[in-house]
Amino acid sequence: MDRFVYLDNSATTPVKPEVLEVMLPYLQTEYGNPSSIYKKAASAEAAVREARKQVAEALHAEPNEIFFTACGTEADNWAIKGAAYANQHKGKHLITTQIEHHAVLHTMEYLEKQGFSVTYLPVDAEGLVSPESLKEAIREDTILISVMMANNEIGTVEPIRELAAIAAEKKILFHTDAVQAIGSLPVDVKELGVSMLSLSAHKFGGPKGVGALYIKKGTKIDTFMHGGAQERGRRGGTENVAGVAGLGKAITLATQKLEAKTERIMALREKLIEGILQSIPDVRLNGHRTKRLPGNVNCCFRYIEGEALLLRLDAKGVAASSGSACTSGSLDPSHVLLALGLPHEIAHGSLRLSIGEQNTEADVEHVLSVLPDIVKTLRAMSPLYSE
Amino acid sequence: MYSEKVMDHFENPRNVGEIKDADAVGQVGNAKCGDIMKMYMKIEDGVIVDCKFKTFGCGAAIATSSMATELVKGKTVEEARKLTNAAVMEALDGLPPAKVHCSVLAEEAIEAALADYYERQGLEFTPKKTCDGCCGSCEH
Repeated sequence: MDRFVYLDNSATTPVKPEVLEVMLPYLQTEYGNPSSIYKKAASAEAAVREARKQVAEALHAEPNEIFFTACGTEADNWAIKGAAYANQHKGKHLITTQIEHHAVLHTMEYLEKQGFSVTYLPVDAEGLVSPESLKEAIREDTILISVMMANNEIGTVEPIRELAAIAAEKKILFHTDAVQAIGSLPVDVKELGVSMLSLSAHKFGGPKGVGALYIKKGTKIDTFMHGGAQERGRRGGTENVAGVAGLGKAITLATQKLEAKTERIMALREKLIEGILQSIPDVRLNGHRTKRLPGNVNCCFRYIEGEALLLRLDAKGVAASSGSACTSGSLDPSHVLLALGLPHEIAHGSLRLSIGEQNTEADVEHVLSVLPDIVKTLRAMSPLYSE
Repeated sequence: MYSEKVMDHFENPRNVGEIKDADAVGQVGNAKCGDIMKMYMKIEDGVIVDCKFKTFGCGAAIATSSMATELVKGKTVEEARKLTNAAVMEALDGLPPAKVHCSVLAEEAIEAALADYYERQGLEFTPKKTCDGCCGSCEH
């Protein structure tokens, strides 16, 4: 293959060399169990402690407010089920949005079966949740609100501070899934005013299989993983020491010089968006034009289907993703695109290109050199298209 | 995920296009589900002398359309009516389970074009049962 351009950084990112370096000892020489008493295990325990400090610093939280999990999905599950069960004596109403990740949506649907009622807030055509709609949805028995910080598909950044303030005024817990936000947006839990926040290491240069949940001191939440005394008894299970150490290093690196980094990525995004809109007719940019993740580009190409587009791009060395039904494993295209009000046939033709730190201007140019022809060829095959 | 043959027919689809003075045209699927196949046939003395397609859909939808046109070209109308989705799949060295419905759609597209031919000829057309909803991917 001549050229490989990875533009699926919202799906996952490569582990940074500095991150791998801090992880390796805990897989080999420093293999002790952090819970053990002897000297050999002290380095493992210290590594977990250091990582907790690093995550806390990155989020402007306290170390004892950081709990390690096995992934972002676990953090979301824990936050939502844990808070719902621990506070159900106050009420059984939960609020979320129609565009959440399945880790949140399917957890909410599960809780509905357990007797909770859930309001799924709509979004506008650009994917924004309105504070007014949240105010209207709050009931006497609302105990938890969960709104993602930035959407994984269309990149729209939600007004979390404003939404969390509404929740705080009514003394309702507020959780945000910040899996896409870390390393892309400034994340300060105090400034945001959230009670809980989920993150996942592999989205910002860390390893897969490790995440964290920030739980503000004083938040009532049930234990999710019952077991040993790890994570102060709130999340049992021997720590993924190497993973946790990697998460700590990765979040430190990802949040350093954030502005300079995101400015460069944003410039690539603009070049890509402008290039696509100028060279290809009948394209719609999904998500908010400015309130969006610095590296997110999401477009719908009319008359063609997303999976076919991905396969053709792959043949040209470009790795990307789509919200088409064929890639979601169901008959319906992405629930996020449908929530924007897009008709099915247009939602089927979506393409997400997510730019990361390793991408260059040459990568963007490569995409712009192959994409117009691919779209043209597929449209020539489409019975929906006529020139 | 796809066999080499599927990828070949997706990347180099055979018989893409329209036939202006077609003797038979059939379209199946709908945009809502993300698959539409349209087949055009030129039929002389009961033999399919040319067959072209246009498809809106995924890689498997395009590959099965391409293969189906190849399989019916040169066949008599009666022979073409015996084309099954299993034969299309076999010719492509198989499809992932989630894509079986694409081969069903290809069979239905051929069937729809032939139904149009029968109608134009004033002949009676008895539809065959093409799908029993086994894959659960469509509204059948």
